[in-house]
Amino acid sequence: MMKPTFSLNRHLVQRLGFAGLTVMAFLTVLPIVAVVVYIVVQGAPAISWEFLSGFPRGGMREGGILPAIIGTLYLTIGTAIFSVPLGIAAAIYLSEYAADTPLTRTIRIAIINLAGIPSVVYGLFGLGLFVLFLRFGTSILAASLTLSIMTLPVIISTAEEALRSVPQAFRTVSISLGATRWQTIRRIVLKEALPGIITGVILGLERAAGETAPILFTGAAFFLPRLPGSPFDATMALPYHLFVISTQVPEMPIQIQYGTALVLLVFVLTMNVIATFIRSRARAKRQW
Amino acid sequence: MNKIVIENLSLQYSDGTESLRNVSMEIPANAITVLFGPAGGGKSTLLRCLNRLNDLADVEVVDGKVIIDGENILDPKTDVIALRRKVGMVFARPVVLPMSIRANLTYGLELAGEKRRSKLDEAVERSLKLAAIWDEVKDRLDDPAIALSGGQQQRLCLARALALQPEIILLDEPTSGLDPLSTGKVEAALQELKKDYTIILVPHSVQQAGRTADYAAFFLQGELVEYGEGSVIFTAPKDKRTEDYITGRFG
Amino acid sequence: MEKSLNWREFVITRAIKASGYSAIVFVLLIFVFLMREGLPALGEVEAGNLLSIRWYPIEEMFGILPLITGSIIVTIGAALIAVPFGIGTAVFISEIAPRWVREILKPLVELLGGLPSVVLGFLGILVLSPFLRVFLDLPTGLTAFTGSLLLGGIAVPTVVSVAEDALDAVPRAYREGAWALGATRWQTIWRVTLPAARSGVLTAVMLGIGRAIGETMTVMMVTGNAPVLALKLGSLFSPVRTMTATIAAEMGEVANGSTHYHVLFFIGIVLFLISLGVNIAASSVVFRAKKRAERILS
Repeated sequence: MMKPTFSLNRHLVQRLGFAGLTVMAFLTVLPIVAVVVYIVVQGAPAISWEFLSGFPRGGMREGGILPAIIGTLYLTIGTAIFSVPLGIAAAIYLSEYAADTPLTRTIRIAIINLAGIPSVVYGLFGLGLFVLFLRFGTSILAASLTLSIMTLPVIISTAEEALRSVPQAFRTVSISLGATRWQTIRRIVLKEALPGIITGVILGLERAAGETAPILFTGAAFFLPRLPGSPFDATMALPYHLFVISTQVPEMPIQIQYGTALVLLVFVLTMNVIATFIRSRARAKRQW
Repeated sequence: MNKIVIENLSLQYSDGTESLRNVSMEIPANAITVLFGPAGGGKSTLLRCLNRLNDLADVEVVDGKVIIDGENILDPKTDVIALRRKVGMVFARPVVLPMSIRANLTYGLELAGEKRRSKLDEAVERSLKLAAIWDEVKDRLDDPAIALSGGQQQRLCLARALALQPEIILLDEPTSGLDPLSTGKVEAALQELKKDYTIILVPHSVQQAGRTADYAAFFLQGELVEYGEGSVIFTAPKDKRTEDYITGRFG
Repeated sequence: MEKSLNWREFVITRAIKASGYSAIVFVLLIFVFLMREGLPALGEVEAGNLLSIRWYPIEEMFGILPLITGSIIVTIGAALIAVPFGIGTAVFISEIAPRWVREILKPLVELLGGLPSVVLGFLGILVLSPFLRVFLDLPTGLTAFTGSLLLGGIAVPTVVSVAEDALDAVPRAYREGAWALGATRWQTIWRVTLPAARSGVLTAVMLGIGRAIGETMTVMMVTGNAPVLALKLGSLFSPVRTMTATIAAEMGEVANGSTHYHVLFFIGIVLFLISLGVNIAASSVVFRAKKRAERILS
């Protein structure tokens, strides 16, 4: 028989333990909320139509940040153009075609390693391959390609997860009805996995949009008095711009710094919220 | 008239789980042929050989011949897509595709290149009637198929296979998850269908085997033990093992 | 029609297979280009110089030891924060929190993973480092410790999500078995669930550390950028400089093909090899495969 005191102790320990973990989780999450709220509060006064649609003036200490916003948009789109088709195709290969061979395992290890390579090393690689070797110069093209390769593992692994979660039985039935493998993938598997894939793509692009290190030497411009005219132009970008105005420009008005941080945050968080929304809606609507 | 001739068919999975050993049998048209026996005996494997669905599985060795209408379908040159249109299949669990009832039925036809709306509508009505479910769903063809009950879903699956106008229908324990009433409806539909189709059924119980079989084949551990007319097998089996199984001594 | 279908199918299948191999190609390309630009450093700089404790490129002093120790001390600091908080939060989310709390916490942690590191660095400069300078009475708030705090925050989402996956993968029957034997939920967590998920939790820790070593912008902005050897615990509260920050800060200013340029690429090789080691070690852990198998069975 268990003695009541002993049992009381055990439950006391449990209650203390649970309380401790609750506090820990709270402490983990609180700073995130605090960061977002703080930047919104500090940055909101800086937001105006002129700030969003104007060019920087007076050594970037006045005016707007339009070239940085547009630049980040270009880089995000450029990244998507390369990484989305390639990433989804690679995910389809891993989920639908690849058998468990040493080659497949090598591919998986390669993906895990791509995901772990420091972002600044991607920057070096982009400089070596795209900027110098392929002579793209410091350009949107070189930066987008660099960001694409960095984003690829995120897209591949989330898309593969989404494809694999489609029940195997759908594939068998489709094949038994005379569909080819590709018809089955296109008409059934991809259709069902689409929300999951889109979620993964957005989360991957969200990371790319917020990155600075990979574009430092591949495509980011310190200051540009106009919008980039072609993929071979360098561009301003929100994260790099925030870095520049918070470390490289003396006597920078604090409002512009917070305003820029807020715009970057909104850009990135909007993508995050959209991705979360798509995922939860798809889960609710799912028929299997 | 023998629709299907199986000659010395042997099959092994790469992990060595279930296999077939040297199976030979002839399956007649316009009848229900039942493949029965304890689990793991090779019934499903044999079924999946007939439409080459085993291509998807981890099969190590296939040996022997499966001849349908005079052609060995195990030949690598076989057009498996055409084969699968000719040999329809219904699975143990009703798996409706995540789309409307109508789209489930037209899926195979559209893949085959049929675009004409009138033909598709015709096929929908015909196959639903054959599967004895037309009256239940005719007013809600555009509802999601998943909304149907389990028994209705399974008859929809049967209709989906029939929509392609196959010649042979394979059924792998099609009523294992169904209530007796739904089971009865499926079995009744099969009795009607055998007038025009070659039906091969893996039943989910000996009782169902006895009820439905025109011909019956008893499989044990990958071997065809006994094969003959249903009325003979279930009343006077020649092999001791068949008798033991039928009388419930094992399995 | 059949013919064109077959042809299309053939082309698409080929394209998909080729894409499948792309990850390997990219890893190799990255390795090759780092080598190509970084290995010349070994010919241009003597080993004694490279392994010295002075990083002062203007005078051709390329000692990378201070940068390595800088990275190590910041990463250790970050790990001391990210590991307990990450695992604690993962346990809370997967074992204790009611459903609605979980539904709020998970997206929030994910959101932290998506916060641009430059934003955290920015707040580090404006808010955290002035606060730490006053609070800890330091000559400057831009220290390794500041970097560790922020880096800990950056590594937490990685630790949480991987560790939570691992805890989720522990079969429910294990927990029920422990409860049936009279263990409290708390005892079950420590003696059954966590030990059963230990390989996955270990993976989480390693990936979190990998994330911290590789982080660039935040550390560059808040660690003070002083390439001094950091060997004592006290170094945690003085300025340091990491390998990543060095590359990011100096690559923009060097001439392509110069010795300095090659040495920066050489540091890139070191970072690449570290991340390769961490990730291969982490991926050799088997729990992912197990989870997949369970999904197929269900």
